[in-house]
Amino acid sequence: MTYDKRLDGRKADETRPIEAKVGVVKNADGSAMFKIGSTVAYAAVYGPREMYPRFQQNPQKGVLRCNYNMMPFSGHGNRVRPGPNRRSKEIGMVTEKALLPVIDLSKFPNAVVDVFIELPQTDAGTRCAGICAASMALADAGIIMKDLVASVAVGSVDHSIIADLNYDEEAYEDGPVADIPVAILPNSGKVTLLQMDGELSREELKKSLELSKKVCKDIYEVQKKALKAKFEVESK
Amino acid sequence: MNKASRKHIIELLDKGIRLDGRKPDQYREVSVEFDVTRSAEGSARVKIGDTEMITGVKMELFEPYPDTPDQGSLMVGAEFSPMASPEFESGPPGIESIELSRVIDRGIRESQAIDLKKLCLKKGELCWMVVIDMAPINAAGNLFDAGALSAIAAIKDTKLPGIKDDQVDYDNKTEDPLPVKKVALSVTVCKIGKHLIIDPLPEEEKVIDARLTVATDESGELCALQKGGEEPLSVEEIDKMVELGIEKGKELRAKLES
Repeated sequence: MTYDKRLDGRKADETRPIEAKVGVVKNADGSAMFKIGSTVAYAAVYGPREMYPRFQQNPQKGVLRCNYNMMPFSGHGNRVRPGPNRRSKEIGMVTEKALLPVIDLSKFPNAVVDVFIELPQTDAGTRCAGICAASMALADAGIIMKDLVASVAVGSVDHSIIADLNYDEEAYEDGPVADIPVAILPNSGKVTLLQMDGELSREELKKSLELSKKVCKDIYEVQKKALKAKFEVESK
Repeated sequence: MNKASRKHIIELLDKGIRLDGRKPDQYREVSVEFDVTRSAEGSARVKIGDTEMITGVKMELFEPYPDTPDQGSLMVGAEFSPMASPEFESGPPGIESIELSRVIDRGIRESQAIDLKKLCLKKGELCWMVVIDMAPINAAGNLFDAGALSAIAAIKDTKLPGIKDDQVDYDNKTEDPLPVKKVALSVTVCKIGKHLIIDPLPEEEKVIDARLTVATDESGELCALQKGGEEPLSVEEIDKMVELGIEKGKELRAKLES
């Protein structure tokens, strides 16, 4: 246990500062911005609307389609080449799976709900920020939902279990690092996104997941507050 | 084209007003914010009414082209994310975003806004490439002017990164700005019936006869033009549109200073 002082001085279970705002893209049916430290995610929801290409329509229920994109100037270092790549496609897919359990599209056969996640600035934890923004945007769009989805990356750096790793911690070189993006349904505590890369013991995973539950509860409060703030303004 | 909508817009213009109550030659509220993303070497957010555009500048090192061994280079791109409008689709860049990036590229390049010779580090071996990417957050009309204004603002905001062993050291920004010689920006003038308007709303963009994007530098010299739309323009009309473009360019320029 040598990583007991975090590089940026945070406590083990402390996230970077979080800001959330709902209604940031006027054209969209629902939208939100979620900022955690230097990572900024915008999410815009369009739909339910007619699904094209038509062969992807599902006559039983509506389809959720998530698109994740880093803006060309958003990367740490080199310019990110515009357009989809294998990484962004996979993240779009796991984002869909993370959100699907809470939304009900049974009333919208053959339709699609499109979620577009865009990142103008990144410093690790982008898929989690994207999921947080997307779930707020879905709620803002009035999609029927059982719960919000809160998401954070937890992990172990040199055997210390910490929350919300930043880029420097992901790249820590003096000990093993494990990065675990997790999405949690705050009310049931169930996990809808789980990925991990690095080195981790079974015990450490268990502790990490307990930590993620606690952190996601806090994120959930921020999400709720942002949603309420938009509608309070509207009612004035 | 929606004929009823066009008729309505023209009838309003006959009385000198627009759909949103503006005068024909009046911009919506314009705001410019610098340094909006840390991961870029320079960036800006421009809002024109409900239109919002983020532009970032990334600096790269490259071996100069054989025909210009002592010059850096410039690249301008625009990605119309479907986040910004229900009318944008996923997939490869459409012709609208290609036209936008090329017109803005010409405005910056031909005005010699950036002194490309000063971006040469070792003749024939190592030069800076300025890569400008525009990303609309919300597309609510007049992306041309928002794009051009945010591009030049992001250029002004840029600080060169450090260099280590002929590689870019992105973690260590210097205090050196880009060698900006001129400040080029554009005003797009649209023709609907016999009327000329600027800063069109999406509803207006759909029913225009023609548009002319007029890029000017601070002395009022033209540096790029692009005609769009399906109807022809007379020389007199073009002259009026250019006059309006130059005049309104001065107004926009003031937004960069504050």
